[in-house]
Amino acid sequence: MTRYNYQNALDELEKEILKMGSLVEEQINLAVTSLAKQDLELARKVVDQDDIIDSLELEIEEKILKLIATQQPMAKDLRRIAAGFKIITDLERIGDNAVDIAKTTLRIGNEPLIKPLIDIPRMAEITQNMLREALDAYINEDVKLAETLAAKDDIVDSLHAQIIRELLTYMFENPRNINQGTHLMFVSRYLERIADHATNLGENVIYMVTAERKDLNE
Amino acid sequence: MASYIKVENLDFFYGDFQALHNINLEIEPKKITALIGPSGCGKSTFIRTLNRMNDLIDGTRVHGKIILDGKSILKNEIDVVELRKRVGMVFQKPNPFPKSIYENVIYGPKRHGIRNKSQLDQLVEQSLKNVALWDEVKDRLNESALALSGGQQQRLCIARSLAMKPDVLLMDEPTSALDPISTLRIEELVQQLKEQYTIVIVTHNMQQAARISDITAFFLNGELIEYGQTEYIFTKPCDQRTEDYITGRFG
Repeated sequence: MTRYNYQNALDELEKEILKMGSLVEEQINLAVTSLAKQDLELARKVVDQDDIIDSLELEIEEKILKLIATQQPMAKDLRRIAAGFKIITDLERIGDNAVDIAKTTLRIGNEPLIKPLIDIPRMAEITQNMLREALDAYINEDVKLAETLAAKDDIVDSLHAQIIRELLTYMFENPRNINQGTHLMFVSRYLERIADHATNLGENVIYMVTAERKDLNE
Repeated sequence: MASYIKVENLDFFYGDFQALHNINLEIEPKKITALIGPSGCGKSTFIRTLNRMNDLIDGTRVHGKIILDGKSILKNEIDVVELRKRVGMVFQKPNPFPKSIYENVIYGPKRHGIRNKSQLDQLVEQSLKNVALWDEVKDRLNESALALSGGQQQRLCIARSLAMKPDVLLMDEPTSALDPISTLRIEELVQQLKEQYTIVIVTHNMQQAARISDITAFFLNGELIEYGQTEYIFTKPCDQRTEDYITGRFG
């Protein structure tokens, strides 16, 4: 047994990052559900819960700084900690995107949707999976899994393009659709950003394991 | 039992030279308190006041109070032999006696009157297990302690201190003569020992203080500049001089 306390602290850090990750993942789910079901209550909940994620980020950041200051991490440990530092930033941004989606729910309010939402929930599901896989790759140091995120991001990107085209058609057809159409375009954009953040996570995992840089979002 | 130590207004002099100025510090049980600071800052002098090792140096004077579990230890009538039994010490260089491993461990207890063979055997096993040395030496307890490696010798010295069943363990740079792996093993050991003892460690190695201690005290020119939780001392110290020292921008 060597450096028992240090190893413990590293494991602890990993757990907290994972906890933050699952909270964020749940936020995407709730935000998109609130939009599809026009559940304003749920949307408000998403907005409120963002505070938990924000304070978790600060807490983890503090722990990382203490680890660096007191334990002198080296080599892979150092890359793991550095990756952790960047991962929590991406997670926090994803959390903000979820809030943006929830706020869109609130803006649309009870006004009937211009179309049933099909592609947006699908896109949300893919981005959530990407996020989960990125975190799994982090925990299991799974480079192969991290690399698969590039292809999934391409799917999200083309879904995004498709949604924009479709919404534009609705807006051309009837100018009354412009307001809500614009809101929904932003939602699609937020989800597309979430997928990009997930690829960032994957890139960090690859760097952590191999010490090499790879672009998953070309 | 791990002790609680309270130091109040402690001044210390080597002849006319004042080596410690008005030190006030509380040392908590079951914690590792690290003393850091540049050479000559008084940290070794300070740790030696805690079991009155400085009494052995001519021309020294001490003022103030050191209270060990409610009892002042600087009074003349204190039995210093008894005090040093309770407050054990490990030094910079491993200093085993030129005797067998077994004899090294029981040296203190024997002189304090324990003669019972099975009791001594038990003490040897327990003490060596406490320092994770038992498995390495159990088959050669009668060989000379000087045949052990530096790191093993230092663990033996710690075992020798533990055999006296102290409440406090003082360590004056216990790893500065050891290689990095032996150093890490001693660090692990110290972290385990804190479950039972009050530990004070002087170290030149700031990173070591950061790695293993709960509380860090920074000494400079015989003054205690700052002390507090290690993670705070090393991430947001209050005093600029502490900041300068730990960031290596000193002087």
